[in-house]
Amino acid sequence: MKFPSARGPVSIFLFDLLRAGPEGTADQTYVLRTLAARSVASTENVINDEDLQLAMFCLYELHYGGLAGADERWEWNPGLIAIRQEIEEGFERALRAAVELPALDAADSDSVASVLFGLAAADNGPSMSRYVAKEASLEQLREFLIHKSIYQLKEADPHTWAIPRLNGRPKAAMVEIQADEYGGGRPQRMHSVLFARTMRGLELDDVYGEYVDAVPALTLASTNMMSMFGLNRRLRGAIVGHLAAYEMTSSQPNRLYGNGFRRHGFNEDVTWYFDEHVEADAVHEQIAGRDLAGGLVEAEPALLEDVYFGAAAALAVDALLSAQTMAAWKTGTSSLRIPLPAGA
Amino acid sequence: MSDELSPLHRDREPKDAIVVCPDGPLLVRGDFEIVSTTGEKLPRQRRTVALCRCGASGIKPYCDGTHKLIGFRTDFPDRKAT
Repeated sequence: MKFPSARGPVSIFLFDLLRAGPEGTADQTYVLRTLAARSVASTENVINDEDLQLAMFCLYELHYGGLAGADERWEWNPGLIAIRQEIEEGFERALRAAVELPALDAADSDSVASVLFGLAAADNGPSMSRYVAKEASLEQLREFLIHKSIYQLKEADPHTWAIPRLNGRPKAAMVEIQADEYGGGRPQRMHSVLFARTMRGLELDDVYGEYVDAVPALTLASTNMMSMFGLNRRLRGAIVGHLAAYEMTSSQPNRLYGNGFRRHGFNEDVTWYFDEHVEADAVHEQIAGRDLAGGLVEAEPALLEDVYFGAAAALAVDALLSAQTMAAWKTGTSSLRIPLPAGA
Repeated sequence: MSDELSPLHRDREPKDAIVVCPDGPLLVRGDFEIVSTTGEKLPRQRRTVALCRCGASGIKPYCDGTHKLIGFRTDFPDRKAT
């Protein structure tokens, strides 16, 4: 993706480094690491910190599609990895503090699935899906897609990192779900491709990362959380729980999202993405709850807590983001940092 | 690897299976067709499907998760059998 605009001292320093090559930068990456550590220690909340979330987003991006103009050798530069770890430590601590976990007494895959379904059902954030279905204006629908585009244009990728860290039943379950996410061998049916089609239908740019500058820290945090869970093997329980929570809160909301776009006169071409998820995720939630999350806990009982943590963190961050977005809309303002030009 | 099946066990493993999901749909995985009473193939988008069991889905014969909203409950078949 293209370089976004920096939002504070850490991202300014980071982008300057990334634009130069990695040779002979050990001193500078050390300085940036100290700066990042200080910023993590002094910020009110890492989850909401514009500068730190943007820096983390770009550090992760080196492992996905890369940043246009950044030397690809930066990906495994030890200095940059150390900076990422500084921010990740603070981010993980903040996420763990933000969630309450269910009792850790589930013993088999059916009971793990049942607890996860319970967590998802108890998710009591404001209902973005009902608002989109019944009230959202066309401008708000476009903002809704812009927030979602940060993840959905690379939908499924963060969870794919987990595949080589799993074995047996949970691995087969993860691969079965991911194969469906990636279109079952048909590129035009990949969920990220369907989402791009929806964006074009609302005259939005479907290039990955195009709207990073427009979205607030929380939107970036929602995707950064998945990248952190997916890229750190020790957090494999959390990425599995995260996927289960996403699948379990998808079918019905997507039906309502589709209704919101139909209410504004958009056809099946635009609602395909949402309609697809109604059916797909009713399948995926069963596999994700029992075979993936439950199967992982049966194989590695010590991961139960992290499975719940990943699920609870997914629900908590998305509830915060929905609350923030809808609070802006209720006062008639944009939920974006840079509002879309009127009528564009 | 410990969870690999022995050749003998592999032969007994069902190729096609219907998973009876507690409080939820029937998950069908394997080699099969979904057809109308006159044998015509119904639209199908994926290999593994979830078939509605609660009767309330808006996209029958497939599941759309509505069972969770109506409080659909089933017995655990494996527990009932014992």
